[in-house]
Amino acid sequence: MTETTKPNGAWDVFMSELNALAEDQADRRTLSGVDMLMLAPENWGKAAQIARSHDARWAGVWAEDLSGRFSVDCCLECQGRYLILRTAVAAEHPELPSHAPFYPAADRAERHVRDMFGIRFIGHPLQEQRWTRHLAWADDEFPLRKDFPAQGFPQASTPPDKDYPFLKAEGPSVYEIPVGPIHAGIIEPGHFRFQAVGETVLHLEERLGYVHKGIEKIAEGRDPVSLAKLAGRISGDSAVAHAWAACRAMEAAAGLSCSERADYMRGILAERERAINHLGDMAAMCNDVGFAFGYYQFGRLRELWLRDNRTLFAHRLMMDCIVPGGVAVDLKFDDCAAMKETIATLRAELSDLIKIIDANSSLEDRFLAAGVLSPAQAQALGALGFVGRASGQIFDVRKAPGYPPYDQLDLTVPVETDGDVAARFWLRYKELRTACRLLEQMLEQMPEGAVLADWRTPEAGAEGFAAVEGWRGEILCYVRFDEGNRIARYYPRDPSQINWPALEKIQIGNIVPDFPVCNKSVNGSYSGQDL
Amino acid sequence: MLRLYLKALTTGVLTEPVPYIDKDRLLETVGLELKTAIERKFSRSLAIRHIDAGSCNGCELEIHALNNVYYDIERFGIHFVASPRHADVLLVTGPVSRHMQAALLRAYDATPAPKWVVASGDCAACGGEFGASYASCGAVKNVLPVDATIAGCPPSPLQLMQGLLNTLKVL
Ligand code: SF4
Repeated sequence: MTETTKPNGAWDVFMSELNALAEDQADRRTLSGVDMLMLAPENWGKAAQIARSHDARWAGVWAEDLSGRFSVDCCLECQGRYLILRTAVAAEHPELPSHAPFYPAADRAERHVRDMFGIRFIGHPLQEQRWTRHLAWADDEFPLRKDFPAQGFPQASTPPDKDYPFLKAEGPSVYEIPVGPIHAGIIEPGHFRFQAVGETVLHLEERLGYVHKGIEKIAEGRDPVSLAKLAGRISGDSAVAHAWAACRAMEAAAGLSCSERADYMRGILAERERAINHLGDMAAMCNDVGFAFGYYQFGRLRELWLRDNRTLFAHRLMMDCIVPGGVAVDLKFDDCAAMKETIATLRAELSDLIKIIDANSSLEDRFLAAGVLSPAQAQALGALGFVGRASGQIFDVRKAPGYPPYDQLDLTVPVETDGDVAARFWLRYKELRTACRLLEQMLEQMPEGAVLADWRTPEAGAEGFAAVEGWRGEILCYVRFDEGNRIARYYPRDPSQINWPALEKIQIGNIVPDFPVCNKSVNGSYSGQDL
Repeated sequence: MLRLYLKALTTGVLTEPVPYIDKDRLLETVGLELKTAIERKFSRSLAIRHIDAGSCNGCELEIHALNNVYYDIERFGIHFVASPRHADVLLVTGPVSRHMQAALLRAYDATPAPKWVVASGDCAACGGEFGASYASCGAVKNVLPVDATIAGCPPSPLQLMQGLLNTLKVL
């Protein structure tokens, strides 16, 4: 279902080099419209090396237990086009060359696969270091293997994960600040280990996985409606985006396309989600530097839109509005007119506020040059969404490869290059204005018709892949069906998984008290990364 | 600066009487009872420590909203504190992930008695969409004694306020 852009020179050269690794024509396939290349395990590392030399972006890895062997997929993106690499390793000897030496983004993702499946990634610099697993299951148990029951073998009380090998800093005046998992505010749990001298942070190490809820495991055996519900709760702030990605992947597997109107409705829900989250984060960023005015004003605008969501879609966070085959909500003519008015109001309010913000020197003082992620760092990490785009990375799934309804809309993707907190703040402001424009276009152009297509049970083994630009950035989703409309495998890749390591880089050289605003300017989802 | 004051003044006071949606007289009575209860039982100030024990973060978004200008929960004497040592109530969200179990128990132990635990949101109240598994203990009551629950996925700010009012009534 994912539309591909026209072939271009760089992509063709990239593909021809990779194709040389595949043995015969049968090794070249497509999955939901995306090119897929079957590789022998020994070529797995080589493929990453070639991809790196072509500046392809490494986007994710996931595996599946196929009784007797593990299938492993890796998603790459080059010039706005996706490519999926696939290999299989024998269950008796689950080893694969690591991609981490070429791509830092592969570090935690491969450790997640290792913790969940017991596949070892040879050449991974932290091969033995667990990531998702704390102490809720043993190191020789692998929850995503088929023989591991969803209930597992839990102890009465799971001990705290005391022995994780954090990097240690040594030297005079260096001290360590451990923070979390429970933080001081109303926020998700995770652990941060700072090494500092005086006020300045020398090093930050994240230890996440505290809210791991076994989402991939409990997805197995669900029907499509139930999976969409679960997807909407991977990260509550991205309820629309994850449900959209899951539904697109399931629809691709079922060979079903939803109506044009349903695509527009999904776009409207997604842009509203983008708007409310940017408003919330802009409020929080103001709050983190003590600018109460901004906190109250942006928070006020967010609340107004949440109430509109409630009126229009019966849920403030628009959960469960996107369902397999379309949407569970629709807009009447009057609703569209009312929404257009609130968009105009929001735009006028934003224009007011931004003048005030722009003239506020204390804000400027805290935002400018704080928490810099250089374009080179962003590119190396494959940073996504507004974090990537504030550091010069232009990628946006809505633009290329694109998907409906965005392929019928006029969309300019704002990009900044300074990479500091100020750039991320401005970028969110610009994205907010873009969301307003997109919403207006969609309300204007939305065709009439039904919003929900009849579901068609996919064949056993049918797979689907989808990518969606959530408010945080690219969400990837892979599904495979079993018999009887049941999910065999579900893997959602939240953009947070890629962006969390960026925060470690951003914080270096900044003062400890700037951590809240640096963190908020990125705002990774703990739940989305921990799954 | 002038613009800032102008905007602040023209925005005016938006804080709403409680409850703004329900026309139900009974709820208004509960609203008054809340203030009275906090005044009587907690010397006008109820300190809440929120703990995310494994939530999807939807519950947090709505708890945050309690502090926006429309709800302004502090005016009822409720405030969110940074340490369990300052708390009367632990407001726990999410199913309790097994990786958070130890931290939650420690926070509970660090909270001075008398203390109350409110499980907020469907996940905390009954396990919700995630339930119990190798990675999740399910509902908060599987880990801690729970004094009250607030239903909703997530509970809206108004539902949270109503839930807290009801909780105080039974304490
Ligand atoms: S109750 Fe709903 S919103 Fe709250 S944590 Fe559970 S799934 Fe998320």
